[in-house]
Amino acid sequence: MKGIQIQGVEKSFSKRKILQELDFTFEAHKIYGLLGRNGAGKSTLLNIITDRIFATSGQVIVDGEVAKNNDAALSKIYLSSEMNAYPASIRLEKIFKMTELFYGDFDYTLANNLAKQFDLDLQQKFGKLSTGYRNIFKFIVALGVPAEYIFLDEPTLGLDANHRDLLYQSLSTSYIERPRTFVIATHLIGEVASLLERVVVIDQGQVIINGDLEDVLEQSYLISGPEKEVSEYTKNLNVIGKERLGKISSYYVYGKLDDECFLPDVVTIEHLDLQQLFIHLTNPRKEQ
Amino acid sequence: MTKLAMLNVAIDNYEVSRMQFNFNSSEPLYMQVADQIREAIFTRIYVAGDQIPSTTEISRNYHINPATVLKGMNMLVSQNLIEKKRGIGMFVVYDAYQKIVDQRRNEFYQQRVIELVKEARRLNISEDELVKLIERGFGQ
Repeated sequence: MKGIQIQGVEKSFSKRKILQELDFTFEAHKIYGLLGRNGAGKSTLLNIITDRIFATSGQVIVDGEVAKNNDAALSKIYLSSEMNAYPASIRLEKIFKMTELFYGDFDYTLANNLAKQFDLDLQQKFGKLSTGYRNIFKFIVALGVPAEYIFLDEPTLGLDANHRDLLYQSLSTSYIERPRTFVIATHLIGEVASLLERVVVIDQGQVIINGDLEDVLEQSYLISGPEKEVSEYTKNLNVIGKERLGKISSYYVYGKLDDECFLPDVVTIEHLDLQQLFIHLTNPRKEQ
Repeated sequence: MTKLAMLNVAIDNYEVSRMQFNFNSSEPLYMQVADQIREAIFTRIYVAGDQIPSTTEISRNYHINPATVLKGMNMLVSQNLIEKKRGIGMFVVYDAYQKIVDQRRNEFYQQRVIELVKEARRLNISEDELVKLIERGFGQ
């Protein structure tokens, strides 16, 4: 079976549980958004998938094979993150060659092309790059490897708006030309949302959402109106957040609405975008 | 590349870049894709027999997931506004413009007139006054 299956993966550091029994699949040939607040466990999960750190329990299956200590399976996965730093004195071109040694056939045409577009001189040494260009370079390497599963951990860190735009465009072009799985972990939810087909939200070490972006947004609502009517209408719904401005209350709801319930005409219903949904889902609930 | 081919590419990019998407809108993105193309047919940017921008072009220009763009396209195919010619692309069908006009005329009463009357009532504008205002609008 194609895809990456996360089976009962748990991770604890000393006594603290970072990931709690994760069970889900990254399906092949789709672009995923992996969203979570700082410390939610995203990077830990990515490092477990790529066998950089061990899970306390559970396993990762890549196209039907256990990934742990399995070079064939691991060469199908590429993780671009803060952790892959290269020696400062090494030239960028050389890094392409090093990458090819492990992953095989590197796409030099694409990489050179992207370097030109981003105005990146490949004769430079890695240590000379600014934070932004270091991330641009890592992104270029990630697109050049022949791996089937590409994980990008905060690929846009330190990039200006123009370069971020170019990065999203390069990603979608490369995906169209060679469909493969991309998993993008990012905090810039609004910018990346249109690129995504599926979305996984991790909160406090647990997957709280895993679905088609469209289906997820379909059941995300903002219900506003006078407090009494709004609280009455939402009483059996999954309310994830509330806001109040003067006499108007806004309730954020995730899940199905109650079709039987009467909707007073002073109450309005709108859909949320992904960022609004994320903020309210991952805010610690304050009981009022 | 021949001069003509270059011109075509330039036109394509120009046409693609006329589309506008509101990524913060609560309307699903695939429906916005369909709306934009429908609007372009309605305003005669694309007439019967024209090829519309490909999924790839739209996806690349706006970094929208190709599956999302395709879903919007398929919606228009199922409404018989565009048709797929295998290996070439998507084309505007001969009566697409008329279909869109008919559909918009149907919606005109439901969406515009009813809303107009509702708002007029809230503003205490009488039927006579409203008719006069409409006449004034036509006079412009």
